[in-house]
Amino acid sequence: MSDLEQFREQTRAWLEANCPASQREPVMEFDDKCWGGTKWRFSNEDQRTWLDVMAERGWTAPDWPAEYGGGGLSKEESKILREEMYRIDARPPLFSMGLSMIGPALLQYGSEELKRQHIPNIVKGKIWWCQGYSEPSYGSDLAGLQTRCVDKGDYFEVNGQKVWTSYAERADWMFCLVRTDPDAVKHAGISLVLFDMTTPGVRTSPIKLISGNSPFCETFLDNVRVEKDQLVGTINQGWELASYLLTHERAMIGNMGQTTANEKTLHQHAIDVSGLENGQLGDSALRTDIAQWEIDILAFELTQERIDDETKAGTGTGATSSMLKYAGTELNKQRYELLTDIHGQAGLGWEGDIFDNGLLASQWLRTKGNSIEGGTSEIQLNIISKRILGLGQKG
Amino acid sequence: MALILNEEQNMLKESAQGFLSEHAPVAQLRQLRDERSETGYDKGTWQQMVELGWTGILVPEAHGGLEFGHVGMGQIMEENGRTLTASPLLSTAVLAASAINAAASSAQKKALLPAIVDGSLLFAVALDEGPKYRPTLVKTTVAASGEAYVLNGEKQFVGDGHIADKIIVSARTSGDASDEQGISLFIIDSSAAGVEVERVHLADSRNSAMVRLNNVELTADALLGDKGGAASVITYLADVANVHLSAELLGMSQEVFERTVQYMKERSQYGALIGSYQGLQHRAAHMFSEIELAKSVVIKALQALDENSTKLSLLASVCKAKVSEVVTLVTNEGVQLHGGIGMTDELDIGFFMKRARVAEQQFGDRRYHVQRFASLQNY
Repeated sequence: MSDLEQFREQTRAWLEANCPASQREPVMEFDDKCWGGTKWRFSNEDQRTWLDVMAERGWTAPDWPAEYGGGGLSKEESKILREEMYRIDARPPLFSMGLSMIGPALLQYGSEELKRQHIPNIVKGKIWWCQGYSEPSYGSDLAGLQTRCVDKGDYFEVNGQKVWTSYAERADWMFCLVRTDPDAVKHAGISLVLFDMTTPGVRTSPIKLISGNSPFCETFLDNVRVEKDQLVGTINQGWELASYLLTHERAMIGNMGQTTANEKTLHQHAIDVSGLENGQLGDSALRTDIAQWEIDILAFELTQERIDDETKAGTGTGATSSMLKYAGTELNKQRYELLTDIHGQAGLGWEGDIFDNGLLASQWLRTKGNSIEGGTSEIQLNIISKRILGLGQKG
Repeated sequence: MALILNEEQNMLKESAQGFLSEHAPVAQLRQLRDERSETGYDKGTWQQMVELGWTGILVPEAHGGLEFGHVGMGQIMEENGRTLTASPLLSTAVLAASAINAAASSAQKKALLPAIVDGSLLFAVALDEGPKYRPTLVKTTVAASGEAYVLNGEKQFVGDGHIADKIIVSARTSGDASDEQGISLFIIDSSAAGVEVERVHLADSRNSAMVRLNNVELTADALLGDKGGAASVITYLADVANVHLSAELLGMSQEVFERTVQYMKERSQYGALIGSYQGLQHRAAHMFSEIELAKSVVIKALQALDENSTKLSLLASVCKAKVSEVVTLVTNEGVQLHGGIGMTDELDIGFFMKRARVAEQQFGDRRYHVQRFASLQNY
């Protein structure tokens, strides 16, 4: 038996023995996904156990280096772990911006001290990270951001306002883009700093969304002291880091439309609601729309796979994260449009017993943000036009 | 299996691209059309294709072929889409070779496959009896006459019908029109008594024909596969056709897209290149995204053919439905973004649009495959 086959067999046995049954159920609500951090309340003991046993092996971050607490797995081994988790419908043990965004950036750009301070805590889910990017006047035009960071000798002092900070009131630390050189060309005067959300001068205020939920906050920063060793990379290198992070964020958001093994397909939803007549959905127009969407999502998933294979083989054309973000988020929006259509007025239930306290309606409304956050669809199309197609010169 | 080409497949693709762009560019199809060519294809180019081994790619080594597989053949089809090269390749080297591989007796294989490889026999596949693809709608009748058969009926829109030496036809040996059971396949000589082939001209300037069968007498060995049980062979044949047509349509999509983006970098209006206007940039970027999706379904379906995957039918329908949608978008946008010049015969874009629409219709259009996808998923 090859080493990889042996790894698969061992992994399968270990997952069978260690993944609690409740952690193999579909993710239905926000709390079903463990975000970690000091303020996290585990939805049940199984969720805590699942996080602990996986973090123990570094398998919350399978391909990160073992010396910082990661799993130290090769690409092939990570893939096997993913496949074996998918096989038993295991939930990811941890879902966080630490894993998907700041962690990879620290591994790439951070000092040895920063890695040792932060990476193990990300792997273990000890710290909930939030992102300080957008500002009230700088959304798509992110590089214009005005939050000032001034060198005070022993420390930095940060003043300004961030917006769309996800779950800022639950978060422990922020990775934050700040302006360190107001005189430089706008992209060239930005830095990335890290600070504790309990630092004096940090204040958050939730924003109520059309979904009725408040997953985002405004964050006000008044004379916030940031230690000098919490600068990631070098001073004014922030835009490069931000672009790197945005690539990761796009991949994450673009992924949202992807169906997982334990998720009900759209056509199954429709069958459950209306049943079949002579082996077909009675609403033939809905049947067509569902089939068209299922074809599109399959094409999208195959494209992720193909681009991944091309990258591994070194034949990729690059700059495809924008394409995946654009296509993936538009498909996820369509998915929820179809889901609410399938369920009719019940799908739009807002309170009480109709559709579980408005669960579907709030999920549907939340997806509208997918094509806005992490760079709007229009920004992705701009990037494709300019960087891939070479359009844009006035000539 | 990784969704990428291996080294040999890449080399074949590059060699096909080099050969077709040099020897059979769009200008060749234009010339065939303008000269009202009798054959509808260039015999010299076809002979070179035979010499390059393309006719043997899907034929087993035991019968003189290269047995190189569908992924490789798909690359040639894709490059054919970029140049719109008219040739018997699809009818003979893809469809007939696949049908004979799948269903023929060993005697039939021995007689026919080497003749496909060396280019000495041209084939056509005649399934349709109307303008839309409905494989079970077969009214052509078969009467038994001792050991032999007598066929009567009309097959429509037969690709390469008027140049074929042999025609593979579906006919009903039992059951009612539209029954899945009771359909059989026969290989007939186009020169046989009672076979009347009338060439018809479609928008794409490629070969199509109506084939009328008037008391065509066939011997028992003309039967291809099981009597009355051809439905599964026809399904397989259509899956093969749809995946390779999709590869051709993907090549067309890429070519039209690249030509259109190039034009956006050359054409100025209001003192600026039209490619600098965001309204047009976003349409181009959207097409880029859609073509990326199309590439993935094509390579996946080609691999499914080589692997004899149980998901072949599903993937073939995904492939044809998605690629048809994309090529319709790209050819329509190709004309629109070229503006007035896009409407002229002088520009090649129109040739791509016309070929695309015919290829989309062959073996089922987008709507047909969207519905089939739903049926295959049991809803």
